[in-house]
Amino acid sequence: MPPDPILQIRQVSKTFPSHKAVDQVSMTLERGELHALLGPSGCGKTTCLRMVAGFETPDSGEILLNGVDIAPLKPYQRNVSTVFQSYALFPHLTVFDNVAFGLRQRGEKAVRDKVMASLEMVQLAAKADRRPAQMSGGEKQRAALARSLVLAPDLLLLDEPLSALDPNLRQQVRHELKALQRRVGITFLMVTHDQEEALSLADRITLLNQGRVEQVGTPQEIYLAPANRFTANFLGEMNWLDDVGVRPESTRLSHQAPEPGVRVHPGQVTQSTFLGDCYHIQAEIGGGRQLMARVPRSQNGYHPGDRVHVWWQAADELHLPQ
Amino acid sequence: MKRLRLAFLAPSALLLATLFLAPLVIVAVYSLESRGAYGGVTPPFTLESYSRILDPLYLKILWRSFWVAGVSTLLCLLLGFPLALFISRSGPRRGLYLQLVMLPFWTSFLIRTYAWMFLLRDTGLINTALLATGLISEPLPLLYNDFAVILGLVYGFLPFMVLPLYTTLEKLDPALLEAAADLGAPPWPALARVTLPLCRPGILAGSILVFIPCLGAYLTPDLMGGGKSIMIGTLVQNQFTTSRDWPFGAALSFSLMALTLGLLYIVSKRSRGEDLL
Repeated sequence: MPPDPILQIRQVSKTFPSHKAVDQVSMTLERGELHALLGPSGCGKTTCLRMVAGFETPDSGEILLNGVDIAPLKPYQRNVSTVFQSYALFPHLTVFDNVAFGLRQRGEKAVRDKVMASLEMVQLAAKADRRPAQMSGGEKQRAALARSLVLAPDLLLLDEPLSALDPNLRQQVRHELKALQRRVGITFLMVTHDQEEALSLADRITLLNQGRVEQVGTPQEIYLAPANRFTANFLGEMNWLDDVGVRPESTRLSHQAPEPGVRVHPGQVTQSTFLGDCYHIQAEIGGGRQLMARVPRSQNGYHPGDRVHVWWQAADELHLPQ
Repeated sequence: MKRLRLAFLAPSALLLATLFLAPLVIVAVYSLESRGAYGGVTPPFTLESYSRILDPLYLKILWRSFWVAGVSTLLCLLLGFPLALFISRSGPRRGLYLQLVMLPFWTSFLIRTYAWMFLLRDTGLINTALLATGLISEPLPLLYNDFAVILGLVYGFLPFMVLPLYTTLEKLDPALLEAAADLGAPPWPALARVTLPLCRPGILAGSILVFIPCLGAYLTPDLMGGGKSIMIGTLVQNQFTTSRDWPFGAALSFSLMALTLGLLYIVSKRSRGEDLL
């Protein structure tokens, strides 16, 4: 697939009176991808999103949408739409009128058909006459999606789209959101602090930290080949032995010595934590260093005090200097 | 628990019963009696005072009162809404601006009304200044007319419009305005399609808080309206003083109250249980 960027952020910076929120950030979104902007709270990801939407103005840098600099444009002049974290549905309007808001503002024809088609797409057609206050969190989210997608934006921005939902609902909505993105073919830029959400949803991830880009890549690239310690630690868990890192799920335990050719450390189990589908076993090796191993429930036979071998394949090691 | 609740309720209930309900009953009784020769009331009971209100002369005054109160309320809304919007969007200075809106309350309303009269009368500051600059050759009729009354009422009751409007505007989620812009609405359409409709409770509350006191206003029309611009408050006052017709004054008061309550009832019905105040 030849590169076909829809959005290019070039060297964008933004400083607020209290702190520097975004520092020389550059990133590119390919047409049709679901891109996650991931990072801890305060890393500048929401500010980036708000600059693309037009709610904040960059101090410097360019934001190109289809090759045109949109930085000087007002939010209502950009063909970009936002699904807000709180959904921001208009409480005085029905779901239908919420979805019709943008079409009416543009003076479009056949508003009714377009609104109903959009509501069908998110399975809310039956609730077109409801007010936002009469709907569940999941329904509000779908209404907000319909309200944005009905305008056929070049780019859909989603600010923590799943954070206001019940944890039980989140899994299901994740799949629905991804399926919806594939169906409409619109480029999604999603802001999230949840690494699992980013890994499971995104085609590509940009990881931000303290206003700077740490790494860009597919979920596999970012998780399996982190470019630095921050990335390695932010996505998943890590054991560190000086400059060598190994993930707990690659860390094995055994009572007998493992076959030769692997990296092995003798140790003693100090803690065992039950996590439902697995155990997290902590073992101390020489020098007071603690390593964590993720052991499937069916293979667990380790108790605090047990002498064990802690080992892993050399190929699972990450070499990242501090 | 129940006894404790009663104990808390008792002082205010007693106060309302003696100082509010009792006079109301007295006025109700007065309105149904006949006129005493030197003021006061005498038997027999009659509805004559109420039927006299339907006299075109008094209906005209009633109509004038509604008109003046209505125009004043509308002007308060037109002036108060932008002001409340401005204050609600001025960040940390909001507190200061609200204090300024309420600053006039620190001085007696009577004194402020006299101050306006000094400004507006033929030999007042405004006319003197305009005459001195040669812009006009005769003083403008600024005092003792409807203009003066409405000006005085708008000045006096503007804070009662601004405060409830400010309260609703301040509660407005900024994300809703961002959503409106995001969906393509420039600032003015966003104001009309999102801010104004969501401000309805504040507009209703402010309008009620301004309209009702304007309708029964006595001081402003009496001082700034002169003899020509009589409103219902002055008419009532006249009945208890110069005209010595207590039953008619009482009947007028009661009719005004009935009209006001009727109006409130209609408004609250139409707003379908939204919080008015």
